Amino acid sequence: MDCTETQRRLHAYLDQEADRPTATAIGQHLDSCARCQAVFATQSALRNGIRRHADYHHGAPRELAERIRARVGGEHKPRWQWPSLGQWLSIGAAAAAAAVISWTAAIQYADAPSNPVAEQVLAAHARSIVTGQQMQVASSDQHTVKPWLSSKLDFSLPVPDLAGAGFPLAGGRLDYLDNRAVAALVYRSRQHVIDLFVWPDAKAGDEAPRTLSKQGYHVLWWKQDGMNYWAISDVNAADLKAFSEAYASAK
Amino acid sequence: MAKIHVLATTRKETRPLVTDERSRAQRFERIFVPHLDAAYDFARWLSRDERTAEDICQEACLRAFKSLDSFQGESGRAWLLAIVRNTYYTWFTKNKADAAAVPFDEDGTIAGAELEAPVESIERILQQRDARRRVNAALERLPQEFREVIVLRELEDLSYKEIAEVAHVPIGTVMSRLARARKLLLQHLQNTEES
Repeated sequence: MDCTETQRRLHAYLDQEADRPTATAIGQHLDSCARCQAVFATQSALRNGIRRHADYHHGAPRELAERIRARVGGEHKPRWQWPSLGQWLSIGAAAAAAAVISWTAAIQYADAPSNPVAEQVLAAHARSIVTGQQMQVASSDQHTVKPWLSSKLDFSLPVPDLAGAGFPLAGGRLDYLDNRAVAALVYRSRQHVIDLFVWPDAKAGDEAPRTLSKQGYHVLWWKQDGMNYWAISDVNAADLKAFSEAYASAK
Repeated sequence: MAKIHVLATTRKETRPLVTDERSRAQRFERIFVPHLDAAYDFARWLSRDERTAEDICQEACLRAFKSLDSFQGESGRAWLLAIVRNTYYTWFTKNKADAAAVPFDEDGTIAGAELEAPVESIERILQQRDARRRVNAALERLPQEFREVIVLRELEDLSYKEIAEVAHVPIGTVMSRLARARKLLLQHLQNTEES
């Protein structure tokens, strides 16, 4: 693939809308062409700038939902009651559970070589969302989260707040993976949640990041300084990569 | 690709008509309530006004509820945002017909090869202290048609297919608008630095 063709398809590549052969060809071209690489870097920087700085995410005012309920209720003279916020959440959780079931099924039957730890990470992440038990310690203060986790686990881990990089710390919890108790750090990326599972690995040697994607969920894992790190989220793959880089450089 | 019907005018049902009020309400909860924030944010962005955004969002939700039976079960988020957009334009033509601020040139040249690495490093501009102001000023200067594809892509995380549904344009147009919008944004960012 030449420069003209690469740059013509660069937006689709950036937006993860290019088909696999095209994406591979563009990736290869970018590796060998400094000029196209610079164009891609500029576009990536623009994207990150927009996502970080745009005055966009405010969220609906609380009264708005109430007003919509009242209007719909008034017009339809319903026999039913609009569910309370708590019920909304459980409805959401049920929908999430349904999504999770089909998604774990897809993982199990996927052609990709199955990775037992990846499956456990997926299941743990899904379980926390379905049950709403994402945080046992909810705090954006690393000096609260880190001691809490250290007191429950037989290892200590870095707990940087990555708010500066767009990933504020939300809290942490304990989980059970790979036949042991592990730390789960919870970060936010705009409206999304990123779980980062951390536990020690006795085997020597670092491992470069690897990824796996299923139905909108991305998993990224690496091994560094005797610790396993597994990040999972429904943010896009580029954001999850940015998150892992921010974490790895901050810790 | 399932076509979006904003109002319940078409009822060639592929699924049984939901008549029971309770299950309609539950269906509405399941499909649309999770996207209320997105609907409000998008309405706020389109109208540039909090009060108007609430009205548009409320009206859009009522329309969504009324036309629930024609929802074909693709993306609830894209469907609701499409209704928000239609509601906004209805409001807009009623209230501000002459307010088209920025001229829009759909066919402006946007050959891919024109994407050049800019003279001034965008990375550097975006690291400066007033990056936030600059990014928002650059977005503000985009014609509406370009702003909305950028918003739907970068801030609502929609796929090209979903953006095409919301904006009522073919996917090819989504792609060319995105490319052109990004080019304009880069120019705007570099120009605001000089001023």
